[in-house]
Amino acid sequence: MPLKTARRAGRTGPRKFTGRDLAVIGVLLGIPVLIDVALIWGPTLASIGLSFTSWDGLGDIKWVGGDNYQALFNDYPPFWPAVRNNLLWLAFLGLVATPFGLLLAVLIDRGVRFSRFYQSTIYMPVVLSLAIVGFMAQLVFSRDQGALNAVLGNEDNPVDWLGDPDLNIWMVLIAAAWRHTGYVMILYLAGLKSVDASLKEAASIDGASEAQTFFRIVLPTLRPVNVIVLVITVIEALRAFDIVYAINHGRNGLELLSVLVTDNIIGEASRIGFGSAIAVVLLTVSLGFIVTYLVQELRGEKKG
Amino acid sequence: MAQSSSEHRISRRALLRGTAVGAGAVALPTLLTACGGPSKEVKIGSNASDAVPRKAFAEVFKAYEKKSDKKVKVNTVDHESFQENINRYLKGTPDDVFMWFAGYRMQFFAQQGLLADISDLWDGFDGFSGALKAQSTGKDGKQYFVPYYYYPWAVFYRKSLFEQRGYEIPKTFDEYRALAKRMDKDGLDAFAFGDKDGWPAMGTFDYLNMRANGYDFHISLMAGEESWTDRKVKHVFDLWRGLMPYHQKGANGRTWQEAAQSLAQKKSGMAVFGLPHPGQQFSDADRGDLDFFPFPEIDSAYGQDAVEAPIDGFLLSKKSKKQKEAKELLKFLATPAAEEKYLIRDPNNVAVHKDASTDSYNALQKKAAGLVSGAKQISQFMDRDTRPDFASQVMIRAIQQFINDPDDIDGLTKDIESQKKTIFAAS
Repeated sequence: MPLKTARRAGRTGPRKFTGRDLAVIGVLLGIPVLIDVALIWGPTLASIGLSFTSWDGLGDIKWVGGDNYQALFNDYPPFWPAVRNNLLWLAFLGLVATPFGLLLAVLIDRGVRFSRFYQSTIYMPVVLSLAIVGFMAQLVFSRDQGALNAVLGNEDNPVDWLGDPDLNIWMVLIAAAWRHTGYVMILYLAGLKSVDASLKEAASIDGASEAQTFFRIVLPTLRPVNVIVLVITVIEALRAFDIVYAINHGRNGLELLSVLVTDNIIGEASRIGFGSAIAVVLLTVSLGFIVTYLVQELRGEKKG
Repeated sequence: MAQSSSEHRISRRALLRGTAVGAGAVALPTLLTACGGPSKEVKIGSNASDAVPRKAFAEVFKAYEKKSDKKVKVNTVDHESFQENINRYLKGTPDDVFMWFAGYRMQFFAQQGLLADISDLWDGFDGFSGALKAQSTGKDGKQYFVPYYYYPWAVFYRKSLFEQRGYEIPKTFDEYRALAKRMDKDGLDAFAFGDKDGWPAMGTFDYLNMRANGYDFHISLMAGEESWTDRKVKHVFDLWRGLMPYHQKGANGRTWQEAAQSLAQKKSGMAVFGLPHPGQQFSDADRGDLDFFPFPEIDSAYGQDAVEAPIDGFLLSKKSKKQKEAKELLKFLATPAAEEKYLIRDPNNVAVHKDASTDSYNALQKKAAGLVSGAKQISQFMDRDTRPDFASQVMIRAIQQFINDPDDIDGLTKDIESQKKTIFAAS
C-alpha cells in the first residue's frame, strides 16, 4: 500500500505515451476488443438482424420486418407464460431462495452444533448440474412412481406434481432453489467470516439489538457479496433452461424464454428468424438488469 | 417458396454481410460436418443409435459388402441429435445415403433440392404397394425414398385380461366407448395414457380424424390446406373429449413408458401405441400376452381403411459424388433379402416388401404385417405428415392443453388455426 501511494504521488503531470507504448496498448487492447466483437457483439447483432427475417436454415433469407414480433406477441401462446415464468423464477430465487441462503449462512456462522456438517450438506447440491436436479425432481415428484406420493400415501388420487400446469412450476422452483440456496449460503458464509468482529462489539456496546447490528452494521459491510449474489441470482433466473428441459422439454406450464429460443432454432423446425426474435426479447430483459447493475457499480466506484 | 415479391427478399449473402462476423456462428456447424475422406466407399448416415437396430443394420451392410465387393462406411449419430441437426447436416457435406422418414418430412427436403431423384430405380422395383410408392414420392411426382420397414399403430391390450373379464374386441366406436365404460366400472383405467413427451397422444388424434373424416381430409389438414376451426376437426376433439374420462389422469406428467407399464400391470385395459412401444415394458413371460386390434370404425364411409404406419427408409443426397455406387446400394436395400436380414434381429418392425419372408416373425409381427398389407391408405404420424415446426411448436402444446382442459374446443382450434397460418405462410 505505501509503495503504491508513493508512486501515484510522484506521477502528477499528464503522461506522454511513446509510439511503442501506443503500439503495445493497441495490440493488448485490440485483441480483446476484436475477440469481444467477434464472439459477443457479432452474434448479438446477427440475432437482431435475423429476428426481422424468415429463414428455415436452408433456403433464402426473407426480410419480413416486424412480422416475427407481431406473431410472437399476439399469436404464440407459449410466449407470455414463458415471460411470466422467467419473472417468477427471478422473484422466487431473489425473494425466497436468496434470503433463505443468507439465513442459513448466519445460523452456521454463529456456530450452531454440527455447523461443518450442515455447511457441507447444504452446499452439496451446488456441484450438481441443473439437468441432474431435473432428473432427481422426476424421481421425487412423478405422479405414479415418485417418492413424494409414496410417502404421502395417497394412492387413489395422487397429486400430479409435474403434470399439473398450475403446480409444476412451483415444484421446479423448489428444486432449483434447493441448489441455489447452498450457493448463496457459501458466498455469504465467506463474507460473514471476514466481517470485523470489533464492529459488532462496538455496536453492542452502543446498545444495538442483534437485529439492528445485523441489518445496520453487518449487511452493509457485506456489500461486495450482496452485489455478487444479486448478479448470480439474476443470471440463474434468466438462463434457467436445463432443469425444465430435463423434466418435460419446457412445456405444459414450464415454458421459459430460453427453451422457446432453442425449440424454434434447433431441430427441423428451424424457424431461425422467429427464434431470434424471442432471443432478442430475452436480450432486452437481460440488458435492463445489466445496465442497472453497471450504473450502480460505476456510481459506487465514484463515491468510493 | 414462390419466387415473388422481390423487394422484400434479400439474398443470404447480403444479410450476412450486413450482420458481419456473426455469420460465423451460423456457418460453424456446417464446417464441422464437412470432413470426409476421398475413399471409394459409400458413406451412410445412420440414426439407428440404439443397440438393437444398430447391430441389425451392421449385419445388413456387411451382407452387402460381401455380395457386391464394395465398401460401406456407416456414420451412426444419436437418433435425437440426427433429427435436430438434419438441416445443417444436409447443407454441409452429408453422407451419400442416409436414413430418414417417408411422407411430408421427405418431401420437404426434396422440395429444397437436397435429394437425388431415384425414379429410375423405382421403375425396376417390384413388391412395393401403391401406398408405399405414394409415400416415397415427392410433390413433383418423382420418387426419392427407398422404404425399408414400418410399424403400425393400433390399440394394444392384454389377451388374458380380456379373457378373464369377458371383454370383446370393439369394432365400432360405440362399442369402443361402451367397453371403456365397462372397464371404468370394473375399476380399471380404460386407456393407459402418457403424453409427457408430447408426441404419443398424436396417434390417437390421427386415428380419430382418419376414422371420422377420412384419410384425404386428414392429410390435407396436416398439409395446412384445411382449417382447424372446421366443424369436422371440432368433431374429432369432441369424440376424444367423450373418451377422456376413461383415460389415465395426469397424462401430461406421465411418460409413455410408464403408461405401457400400467398396461402390463393390468391397471389399464387398452392403449394406443406403435408396435415397438408397449412390448419393451413387458416382462419376457408376459410379452406373448400382448395383442392389438385396429382402431375401431367411426364413419362407415371410411371404415378401418387407413392405418397409421410410419415408414423408415433411405434417401440419396443430391450432393453425393457417388450417385452410381449409392444407387446400387439402394437397389440392394430394396430387396426382400435385405429386409429379412434386418428384421430377424429387430422384431419390432415389419418388412415393406411383399415378398419378404415372414417366417422369423413373432405372432404380433405377423398380425402387424397383415394389418398394413390390408391397408387402403397409410398415414405416417402427425409429426411426419405435417411440417415439423407445426407439429413440435403448435400441436404438442395444443394437445397437452386439450388434455388439461378438454372443454374449450372452440378456443383451442382457433388458437391452432391462427398459429398454423403464421407457420405455413413462412415459406
